[in-house]
Amino acid sequence: MINKTVRSVASHLSWGAKIGLICLIIFSLAAIFAPLVAPYPQDEILGEVWEPISSSYWLGTDQLGRDILSRLIHGARNTFFIAGAATLLSFFMGTFLGFLAAVSGGKVDQLLSRSNDLMMAIPTLIFALVVLSVLPSSMLVLIFVMGVLDSTRVFRLSRAVAVDIVVMDYVEAARLRGENSLWIIFREILPNALSPLFAEFGLRFAFAVLFLSTLSFLGLGIQPPDADWGSMVKENKDGIVFGIPAALIPAAAIAILTISINLVVDSILSRTSSLKGGR
Amino acid sequence: MPATQSQFLEVQGLQIEASINVPGEARKTLRLVDNISFTLEKGKVLGLIGESGAGKSTIGLATLSYGRGGCNITGGKILLDGEDILSLSAAEVRNIRGTRIAYVAQSAAAAFNPAHRIGDQVIEVAIEHNLMSKAEALAYANVLYEKLGLPDPQHFGQRYPHQVSGGQLQRAMTVMALCAKPDLIIFDEPTTALDVTTQIEVLATIKTAIVDTGVAALYITHDLAVVAQVSDHIMVLRNGKMIEYGDTDKIINHAVQEYTQNLVSVRTLEKPEIADPDTSAILQVKHIDAAYDGVNKILKDVSLHLHAGQTLSIVGESGSGKSTLARVITGLLPQLNGEINFAGTNLSTNLSGRSKEQLRELQMIYQMADVAMNPRHTIGQIIGRPIEFYFGVKGAENRRQTIDLLDQIELGEKYFDRYPAELSGGQKQRVCIARALAAKPSLIICDEVTSALDPLVADGILQLLMDLQLKHNIAYLFITHDIATVKAISDSIAVMYQGSLVRFGKKSKVLAPPFDDYTQMLLASVPKMELGWLERILANRKMQSADN
Repeated sequence: MINKTVRSVASHLSWGAKIGLICLIIFSLAAIFAPLVAPYPQDEILGEVWEPISSSYWLGTDQLGRDILSRLIHGARNTFFIAGAATLLSFFMGTFLGFLAAVSGGKVDQLLSRSNDLMMAIPTLIFALVVLSVLPSSMLVLIFVMGVLDSTRVFRLSRAVAVDIVVMDYVEAARLRGENSLWIIFREILPNALSPLFAEFGLRFAFAVLFLSTLSFLGLGIQPPDADWGSMVKENKDGIVFGIPAALIPAAAIAILTISINLVVDSILSRTSSLKGGR
Repeated sequence: MPATQSQFLEVQGLQIEASINVPGEARKTLRLVDNISFTLEKGKVLGLIGESGAGKSTIGLATLSYGRGGCNITGGKILLDGEDILSLSAAEVRNIRGTRIAYVAQSAAAAFNPAHRIGDQVIEVAIEHNLMSKAEALAYANVLYEKLGLPDPQHFGQRYPHQVSGGQLQRAMTVMALCAKPDLIIFDEPTTALDVTTQIEVLATIKTAIVDTGVAALYITHDLAVVAQVSDHIMVLRNGKMIEYGDTDKIINHAVQEYTQNLVSVRTLEKPEIADPDTSAILQVKHIDAAYDGVNKILKDVSLHLHAGQTLSIVGESGSGKSTLARVITGLLPQLNGEINFAGTNLSTNLSGRSKEQLRELQMIYQMADVAMNPRHTIGQIIGRPIEFYFGVKGAENRRQTIDLLDQIELGEKYFDRYPAELSGGQKQRVCIARALAAKPSLIICDEVTSALDPLVADGILQLLMDLQLKHNIAYLFITHDIATVKAISDSIAVMYQGSLVRFGKKSKVLAPPFDDYTQMLLASVPKMELGWLERILANRKMQSADN
């Protein structure tokens, strides 16, 4: 039964999506079982600075002599969890408020949209720096700040998508039936807005990974010696001048992650938009 | 070339296929057009008629050697003056398109580029193919504007598409097709998007243009009455196959095939008029004024009433305020003045001021069934929701009642888990009827419910609506621009023109002389399924100044 479901899902995915899905599964497994999979602890100095790829250090060592593969595997936890949670939070907030603005219209729409504009007027990075330097540095605060700041973009997208849907006859039919706003948001609009939101999710997640690395670099994100992929790029970037590829490895990991997510999302997109005649 | 003048266009065994590719499934090939053959002489018109999906437009485009998105011409020959245009190279085909064969699309409003002047677009083909100099082309276009009765022909080409009416734009498109002096023109439903009163003008000009220039024409439409006016021969198509092919008189008066006979005799539905009962009306609209911006009145002092279990039809052209009246009654647009009485109580002007019971009693069915249903809900969810919402019925009992409704609309249980996209146009409209019915209303507003449907399907929907009316004693407020529908189903009729009520009363009174000018024109403009109707109408009425 389960085997059958898996096979039917797999048959609907394009080959690109299958590759993406496999990469994501490998990354997730590595993140979940990090202490078991990683050959060394993430914060132990093992060898020389920037050692090349060898049989003992599969991906070489970093600027302090730590094993890059081990840091990559441990860093996946932080990167996945924080960027993922922040993106999810931003989507929950952004879409709900965006749909609410579109459904309510008038004053509610103006209030929400203009406050959103106000938030967007302040450069995100500076806003984040100010808030994070005041608040205690914990993972939850980090997720919350990143999520709220990112939700402004999601708000704009979801409002724009919903404004188009709100004028459809089936939404009018629901209103004439006397349905309340929550029903209209979750049952009439949401299912029809999923495709553009999915697409945006893939993109936003990639941005969240990069934003997290920026914050880490400035000392407000993940605190050393904990690893995350973005900060590993920053730490090792000086090596590039000397022809040392250490920075490119975590960068490649970020690239593979982003591409994988987008491959999977694209496939979901073409599937949802073709079969049920929706957007 | 060996071709004689008499067989200018010859299509032999045309076959067109499309392959659909759903991810994860095997490639499927659909045959859209199957073994179609016909010939066409210069100066003659062949009408292609059929329901949507019959392959009419596909055949029309194939004569341009063009297959729309994914359609492949897989067999047959299309001989133009004896030369098979399917075997030509892309460059040669490019030379033929526009200059020898021209195409007039259904929606002129969508076919013109809104950012360029009409004149520049009209002469584009002639200049592109170096047939004329720009000055010559402009001069010739002006002659054609005049011939097709467009206002101010010397300056018409300087206007932008949004500055002229829909009927004028459709005529401008005919000018565009004629400008390069082609030998064959494909008219693809050129009057379908127009009001009846405008349609007659466009039909007349198309007919004169064909006679004057001596081109051959393919006229594609779903309206047999229209095609009977313009064509010499008619081919009836269904599902890509030819049903019947013959001259117009034979098809209209002596059809052999049953399907053709059905098409000819469609709309013979006739509802006997019921006298007004003594009880007071279920819906009373009193002196309604309404405006979208609060200033420009769309509705002016409209008053009418409707009795329980009866049908009131509101007729008028687009822009006459019919749909606005429906929006006022449903509470989507608060009126400026006047009041609405429903089942003895006063309806609040605002949707939020109405009770759930009032909302339940007054249901609505929309013109476009496609967008009236959420594409992500199953049919069961769509019909079951009003039952749950108004009566609190859930679970198995809800399913039972929903299936009961599905049976009433002649669809049945197997549709319960399907999505709207899997249904045909007529089935979708039936589901919308069931959704309205699920609320057990006493009044249903039907906003152009059959105008997006093929005639035979529309007939079925009207029949269903009438059966349900008898069974459940529902009153209908039926908004339409189609006089034939009105005659078929109404008890009383309201004629609207530019936001005012021109005529209102029982059907027998409204449709009997003496008429006011507008009603007279409206009734006279409805194409009749008989030969020579257009000529008689035009002879009867002088072409009024050509500015509509």
